[in-house]
Amino acid sequence: MASRDDIKFLSNPKIGQKKKKYCRFTKYNLKYVDYKDPDFLKGFLNEQGKLLPRRITGNSLKWQRRVSRAVKRSRHLAMLPYVSDQFK
Amino acid sequence: MRHYEVTFIVDPLLSSDEIKGTATNYVEHLTNQGANVTHVDEMGLRQLAYQIMKRNSGQYFSIEFSYENGSLIPNLELALQRDGRIMRFLTVALDKHGVQFNEDKRKGKVGHVREEELAKQAALEEKEQEEKEQEEKEPAETVKASTDKEPAPQDKNQDSEE
Repeated sequence: MASRDDIKFLSNPKIGQKKKKYCRFTKYNLKYVDYKDPDFLKGFLNEQGKLLPRRITGNSLKWQRRVSRAVKRSRHLAMLPYVSDQFK
Repeated sequence: MRHYEVTFIVDPLLSSDEIKGTATNYVEHLTNQGANVTHVDEMGLRQLAYQIMKRNSGQYFSIEFSYENGSLIPNLELALQRDGRIMRFLTVALDKHGVQFNEDKRKGKVGHVREEELAKQAALEEKEQEEKEQEEKEPAETVKASTDKEPAPQDKNQDSEE
């Protein structure tokens, strides 16, 4: 049984403070995704090396397509793993 | 003119001369066929994310070139496929943004700047500094005069900000 002190908030206090997601390519005016830069592409993958969905990264559809293509090229060149347990 | 980029991984167990030889081999192959090689990027020894040909690392090379059309690419890929020293390769067509990106990357405007390039830049800066110091020693009077002039425009700037 949780004591009264454990229940501090009836509702999630972070609601209303959430920053809006944005596409970092359109925001910072990037024109090209480099498939030879695995460190940059890591930001779009989860711990298993799978592509993160658009609803989490906030990419626009156009750039999500380009990111996914760059990741696949990078995997072919063994810069990123196809499958991995402990990636990152 | 269309722009292409071929990236390949060379077996790291070869001697360094052989590794460089394979890269120059393909540059020659491309120039012989009339392509215009704009840049050869030696990306160096990298750890592979997974084993290829029972190797855990590889020497990466990237050649950027342009040609009227893609007709020479099947020849190039056939040569790469038959070559036992090449572990993996990928040919990619670059759009204008890709070409621009690669140019900017060479100048160090975008992406990660590699340690070798940083070292080069540092060496250049040191040289410049040494030259400056020598200049300062020789015409000491002119330097003093310039330092006297400097504070005046700064004051003007402050006024405008206020």
